[in-house]
Amino acid sequence: MAGVGESVSTQMGMHTEPLTGRDIKTKFTLENEGGFGYHFARDVDFNRRAEIDCADLSPTEINDKIRDLMDSGHGSIVIRNPGARHSLVVGILNRMNIIVDGSLGYFGCGLLDGPTVRISGRVGWSFGENMMAGVCVVEKNAGSTFGAALRGGDLVCKGSVGSRTGIDQKGGTIIVGGDTGAFSGFMMQRGRMVVCGNAGKNLGDSMYDGTIYIGGKIQDLGVDAVPADLTDLDRAWLTRKLGMYELLPEQGVDRFTKIVAGKQLWSYDNLEPTEKKLVL
Amino acid sequence: MCGIAGLIYRDGARNIGAEMTAMLQALKHRGPDSTGFAMYGAPGPNEYILRFKVAEKEDLGGGGTKIHRAIAERKAAVDAVLEELGVDVLELDEPTEYSLRCRISYDGGLKALADRIEEVEGAEILSIGNALELVKDLGDAADVSGAYSLGGFTGTHGIGHTRMATESDVDIRSAHPYWAYPYNDIAVVHNGQITNYWLMRRQLEREGQRFVSDCDSELLAVYTAVNLEKGVTLEESLRRSIDEIDGVFTYLLATGNELGMAKDTMAAKPMVLYEADDLVALASEEVAIRAIVPHEIDTTDPYDEEVRVWQA
Repeated sequence: MAGVGESVSTQMGMHTEPLTGRDIKTKFTLENEGGFGYHFARDVDFNRRAEIDCADLSPTEINDKIRDLMDSGHGSIVIRNPGARHSLVVGILNRMNIIVDGSLGYFGCGLLDGPTVRISGRVGWSFGENMMAGVCVVEKNAGSTFGAALRGGDLVCKGSVGSRTGIDQKGGTIIVGGDTGAFSGFMMQRGRMVVCGNAGKNLGDSMYDGTIYIGGKIQDLGVDAVPADLTDLDRAWLTRKLGMYELLPEQGVDRFTKIVAGKQLWSYDNLEPTEKKLVL
Repeated sequence: MCGIAGLIYRDGARNIGAEMTAMLQALKHRGPDSTGFAMYGAPGPNEYILRFKVAEKEDLGGGGTKIHRAIAERKAAVDAVLEELGVDVLELDEPTEYSLRCRISYDGGLKALADRIEEVEGAEILSIGNALELVKDLGDAADVSGAYSLGGFTGTHGIGHTRMATESDVDIRSAHPYWAYPYNDIAVVHNGQITNYWLMRRQLEREGQRFVSDCDSELLAVYTAVNLEKGVTLEESLRRSIDEIDGVFTYLLATGNELGMAKDTMAAKPMVLYEADDLVALASEEVAIRAIVPHEIDTTDPYDEEVRVWQA
């Protein structure tokens, strides 16, 4: 149980500094449901399904077709033959379902806010960059900078990912079923990253805040990244979250190592007000 | 930015000319200035393939007959050198006016042969090798492959490069791949930047090595060739390069029967790897591999400091 005046997320070690005055997220009530979406978001029907065959289309034409289908009310779109093209399924600010039957190249699913995307193949560098909300699930491997600057939502890779996973992560959750490469969590600022396999060198280097959970071996920790105790809340959250994506290990989550920021490096909250002025 | 690609068949020769062309054309957006191929065909006993040029492509752009006369004179001068050294020219092709391919029979030292040809004004060797044929020119992969009739090239493995010129001119001299002058059958393609290039180059030059360009990628070829000559395996040489060479780099290195890959400690330059029973294909982007393997495949990104070697 969270203590008086202490949120659950604070108790879990997600952030230790007070959030007052720093949280820009607008709070909505159920009565204000319309406020959850953009005013220009399309009113789509999830039961209306369409397919796009990308075989002879350019990335721009494919993305335009997705928007055309959204305009006509389609809420479920299947992308066939993507052929590892770059920059597909980007900038979608709608709640909807997208199924990619194949693999994406670089910068796939960037700048999303709302959709649920499932990719049956692999994805290249910088997948899900700057995603605000939604869910993306990749069935195979991913390249480097997976979830760079992620701000919200769940970004899941069931295989292994490259280096610098979640660099500059600002929120949301990154889940990796396999291994991750060097410099994962570099300059992480908030959010959570879960890696079921091993992590490469310099994990969490220069992280400001946030939490990293590693199920396998950690080659070494980066500057100011420190281990922390796995709490019952961590275990409950890991069990629920990994279970959602069928990645929960048979032996449970007790073997996971929790890594947080030591806050001795760039955390201005450790400074006296006069020192802050000098730094800023 | 630049794009690199390579492939190796583990069960015999194929039409790798068409496949390398398709892979490099798919990487055109990573570097439209020039394209180069280093492909390995069937080696003949005591035979070498000599590829050299006697002018740059842009030299011909000014019009006039002066350059055409100069080209003819340079070709004649190289002919004289070959005759003087007792080189038996078995076959001669001129894919372009300024570029030549000779199949030669020669039992002397490759350094003596290469040094003498390079003494001819305007002549620059692209490669000499039992199996290696190195072709590079301005334009995209389709242009270069078409001009040099590479579409039907049969071989076991090859590497290639599409170049976005950043630190040197747009000319053939600065295009990749680089042959390890004057070592048999060693070529490299590289994406990145070597920051201790001059330090390493001067060290190799003090040991008697010669560089034909100011491009940092050439260092990787010569560095590897020197290691191999000392008896170091290709895998060990690639591994040592990660410690001894500074900068960000991913490179592919090919010898007469091997293809190797090394990625630096920062893993800052991309590489996607596809391994099947018969074929291994690597490229800066998966879209290049899809150009020759159009169906859904499993690919991986090699990690930092990863080294791999495959045999043909």
